[in-house]
Amino acid sequence: MSTQYKPAIHFQHVDYRIGDLEILNDITGSFPQGRITTLVGPSGAGKSTLLKLCNGLISPENGEIFVKDKAIGEYDPVELRRMVGMALQSAPMISGTVYENLNLPLELQGQQLAKEEAVELLEDVGLKGDLLDRKVKELSGGQRQKVSIARTLVNKPEILLMDEITSSLDRASKLEVEELISKINRKYKTTIIWITHNLQQALEIGDYTWVMMDGQVVETGESSLLEDPQNDRVEEFVKGVVS
Amino acid sequence: MSYWALSLTLIFVLIPLLLSKTLNLGLGRDMTVATIRSIIQLLAVGYVLKFVFDSESLLYIFLMVALMIVAATHNAQKKGAAIQGITWKIAVTLIFVEVLTQGILIGFNITPATAQYIIPISGMVVGNSMVLSILFLNRFTAEVEDHQDQTELILSLGGTPKQAIHRQLINSIKASMIPTIESQKTVGLVQLPGMMSGQIIAGADPIQAVQFQLLIMFLLLTTAAVTSVFLGYLSYPTLFNKRMQLLKG
Repeated sequence: MSTQYKPAIHFQHVDYRIGDLEILNDITGSFPQGRITTLVGPSGAGKSTLLKLCNGLISPENGEIFVKDKAIGEYDPVELRRMVGMALQSAPMISGTVYENLNLPLELQGQQLAKEEAVELLEDVGLKGDLLDRKVKELSGGQRQKVSIARTLVNKPEILLMDEITSSLDRASKLEVEELISKINRKYKTTIIWITHNLQQALEIGDYTWVMMDGQVVETGESSLLEDPQNDRVEEFVKGVVS
Repeated sequence: MSYWALSLTLIFVLIPLLLSKTLNLGLGRDMTVATIRSIIQLLAVGYVLKFVFDSESLLYIFLMVALMIVAATHNAQKKGAAIQGITWKIAVTLIFVEVLTQGILIGFNITPATAQYIIPISGMVVGNSMVLSILFLNRFTAEVEDHQDQTELILSLGGTPKQAIHRQLINSIKASMIPTIESQKTVGLVQLPGMMSGQIIAGADPIQAVQFQLLIMFLLLTTAAVTSVFLGYLSYPTLFNKRMQLLKG
């Protein structure tokens, strides 16, 4: 990985297992601060598990994770999770309205999100402000995903983890979200770690790429590596996805 | 009631046994065992109660209540096996409910501090608390499992374990209290409570029987609320570790 940027998150010989099942094996590497890194690889490679480790939802079996040069275990979990936001592919919602979901991160801190700010957030992700009082169960899959992204942004995280957030969106919505994330990255220097199955997206949006397979990182570097992989397995994977 | 009359009540056991045999329900053995057990257990408890009432010893009263709590804990803990340390959590809840209710009854001189009052009322309180514990644990473990994604969502947004489990906890407390509240709404209209009916059959003044029944019903409302809230707040922290991570399975 590039040495010109400070690492926002650094993994050092990290293993993770569930019972006898090995999910991640000896992960070492850094996610550069203020840049967009995409995580690509086949299903079951351990990408989502790696994101959960960054957010502190789970802890490694072995090894160390450093967030902004500080061991993850030294952070207060609440402080860490507000700093490292996460949007999930499944876009889970609490029952209630779109506003109640957007207000959730602040409600957890005993504060309230102003309606104007909520409308602004919705518009940022390409939704109309009049959705605010709509029940979330009435939303389409794509709308839910956008609300989920907007909700993650409420905490103004320094590091943003995104797990296949555009996979259920149509082309126009996908482009809107990509533009939004790029804008956040440029404007606030937010570090983005983005799991995607779309290699074209990884090439266009990402500065760097980690290619993961079978719980291991097999190749890392600038996103252009996807055009000319050095590793045979990665080359096979790229060909398989593209064809 | 004479022993002859009591023997005749076995007709009410013979009817379901005949139905089971005729319709091949396969319940004959279970019903026979249940009948024999209930005869032995109730007769034994009757003699024990007579001994305790006659002795007027506080130690025996204490031992009787302790036995009830141990048996109720043993029965209820099977439903909460997924929750770490559930046995002592149920035991603490039952002890707390028993001390609270008896403290109010005896402390305010509502009922006398005698075995005749303490033991039957404790039986009702501990028994109901046990059923409430089972209802609560059944619902709570299902809620936690079904809403794991919501729990992790709130944790991932920087919520505390208490905030992450709040909705599931409240839903479970409400659900476990519904039977108690609903049965109070229809009492006297749909069914006459067992204790009140027993007193009336035994020749007590119906108004006095009603007064005691009201006392018991209000007592059971407190029992229901305190059991589910107390057990809920004792249980939820064990679902998380020190790093505020949801422990699975």
